[in-house]
Amino acid sequence: MSALLVLAITAPLLGLVPLLLLGPRTGERAALGMLAVNVAITAGIAERVAQGGRALGYAVGGFAPPLGVGLRADGFAAAMMLMAALVLLFTGLFAMTGPGDMTRKVNARGSAGMPSTFFILLLSLACALNLAFLAQDLFTLYVALELLTFAAVPLVCLEGKAGQLSAALTYLLFALFGSVLYLLGVVLIYGLFGTLDIAHLAGLMAHGAGGWTAAAALALMSAGLMAKAALFPLHLWLPPAHSGAPPAASAVLSAVVIKAPLFLLVRLWSDLAPLPLAQVAGPVFAVCGAAAIVFCGVVALAQERLKLLIAYSTAAQIGYLCLMFPLAASSDGPWSALAWTGGTLHLVSHALSKAAMFLAAGLIAETMGHDRLSGLGGVGRLAPVSVAAFGLGGLSLMGLPPSGGFVAKVMLLTSALQQGSWWIATVVLVGGLLAGGYVLRVVVIALQHPDSDLPDVRECRWRALIALALAFGAMLVGFMPLSPLPFLEIGRPLTWESVLP
Amino acid sequence: MTGVHLFGLAGAALVGCGVYGLLMAPGALGRILAFNILGGGVFLIFGVVARRGAGAGFGADPVPQALVITGIVVAFCATALAAALLVRLSAVDAEVARDGEKEKET
Repeated sequence: MSALLVLAITAPLLGLVPLLLLGPRTGERAALGMLAVNVAITAGIAERVAQGGRALGYAVGGFAPPLGVGLRADGFAAAMMLMAALVLLFTGLFAMTGPGDMTRKVNARGSAGMPSTFFILLLSLACALNLAFLAQDLFTLYVALELLTFAAVPLVCLEGKAGQLSAALTYLLFALFGSVLYLLGVVLIYGLFGTLDIAHLAGLMAHGAGGWTAAAALALMSAGLMAKAALFPLHLWLPPAHSGAPPAASAVLSAVVIKAPLFLLVRLWSDLAPLPLAQVAGPVFAVCGAAAIVFCGVVALAQERLKLLIAYSTAAQIGYLCLMFPLAASSDGPWSALAWTGGTLHLVSHALSKAAMFLAAGLIAETMGHDRLSGLGGVGRLAPVSVAAFGLGGLSLMGLPPSGGFVAKVMLLTSALQQGSWWIATVVLVGGLLAGGYVLRVVVIALQHPDSDLPDVRECRWRALIALALAFGAMLVGFMPLSPLPFLEIGRPLTWESVLP
Repeated sequence: MTGVHLFGLAGAALVGCGVYGLLMAPGALGRILAFNILGGGVFLIFGVVARRGAGAGFGADPVPQALVITGIVVAFCATALAAALLVRLSAVDAEVARDGEKEKET
C-alpha cells in the first residue's frame, strides 16, 4: 500500500483552495507550488517503483479489487505521470504573471500572464491525468477521461473568441461521442465478466472467455479512445482546437492531454486484451497510424500559419505510437519489447518537444504580432532563443540525433525490420522526411534576411528559456541506451499479487 | 418477450438513433440532443445488464445502478458545458454580425 498514489490525485485539487480564496496573485503562486509538489510526488512514485522493482498499489477504502477500486503505478504509468507533471509545471511557469505584466497589459497580445482560470484548469488537468494513469478500474478510467475533457475544453476557448468557441464545441462533441462509445464497451465488458478491474479481466480474457462480444467491446472502447486522442481519421477536431488556443494552453493540450487516451489504448491492447486478439487488431491501428503520419504530414507542409502547422504535426506524430501495436503484440520477445520501449519514449519525447514548439511559436507570434509564415522572415533576429527552442524541438520530431525522437524511431525501425514489416519501416522513414520538411521550412524562413524592417521589439527572454528547457528535455531523452528499458517492464503483466497486502 | 429483451432492444434502438443523429445532425444543438439519446441508450443497456445479474450471478446486481447514476451525472455536466458553449458562441456571433452592420452603415 502506498499513500503516494492517493496524494498524486488529491494534492492538485488542494491547490485550488488558495486560488479560489486568496485572489489571483497569491493563488497563482500557490498553484505553481502545487504543480511543483505534483512533480515531487510523481518523482517519488517513479523512484519507489524503480527501487522496489515492482508496482505500487493502493486499495481505496481498504477494499481490495474486485470488490473495491484499486490504484496501481507500474513503470509505464510512473514514467508517463512524471512526464505529464513536468510539462504541466513548465507551462505553468510560462503562463505565470511576470514582473510588470500586471501594468503592461500584455494579456491582449495572447501569451503573457494567463487569467487565474488557466491555473484552475491546469490543476484539474494534473488531477485527471494522474487518475487516468493510476486507475485500474474501467469505469474509474471513464470518469478520469471525462474530467480530462472538462478541463481541456475550456482551455481551448479561454479568450472567448468566436473561432475558439466553435473549435471548443467541436472538440467537446468529438470527445463526448468518444466517451459514450467507451462507456458502451465498458457496459458490455461488465455484462460479460461482472468485474471492471483490469488485472482480473486480463486473467479472465486470457482463457478465451468472452469471444466475439469481448472483441466488440474492446473495439468500441478503442474507437472512443481514438476519437479522444485525435487518431486518424478522427483527428478533424484537433487542428482548429490546438492552434486557436493561447500558446500555454496549446502546449498542454498537444503535449499531455491527448497522451492519456493513447496511454489507455496501449493499456487496453497490451495488458487487457489477450495476445491473439491484439495480433488481429494491431495492423488496423498501424494502418490508421501510417495514414495519420503521411496524410497529416503532407497537410502540415501546406499550412500558412505556424500554429496550425504544429497542430497538424501533432496529429501526424500520434501515428507513430500506433505503429507500435502490431510490433509490440508479436510473440518475438526482445523485438516486441524494443518496439514497446520505442513507442513509450516517443510519447515522452513528443510531449516535451511539442510543448517547447508551441510555447516558442507563441513567443514568435507575440513578438511579430501574427503567426503567418510568409511574414516571419528574419524573426530569428528578434527571437533567437524561441527559434532555437523551436528548432531543437523539431529535431526530435524529425528523428535526428541527439534527440528522444531519434532513439524512439530507431527502436521502432529496428523492431519493424527484424520482424519483416517493411511497410512500417518505410512509413517511419517517410514520416521523418515530412517532419523535416515542415520544421526546416519554418527554421529557414526565420533565419532569412528580413524583407522589410523588423518591429523594434524583443522576445520575452525568461519565457523563451522555459521553452528551450523543454526542448533540451526532449534531447536528453535521446541519451537513453538503444535497448529495451527495464523500468517500463516493471509491473507487467498486470496482477494485484505482491502489490496489495 | 421478457422485460430484459424489450429493454435491451429499446436500448439498442436508442443507441442507433443517437449515433445516426451525432453523425448526421446539421447543427450543434441537434448533436448535443443526439449525444443525450445515445447516452440514454447506453444507460438503458447498463440497466438490462444489472437486471440479468451480470457476471456476478446475483438476482439483480446493484453495482451497475451505482455506475449508471455516476454516468448520468457526468452526461448532465457534459450537456451543461456544451449548452453553455453554444449559448456563448451564438452571443459572440450576434455581436460580430452587429458590428459588421454598423461598419456598413458608417
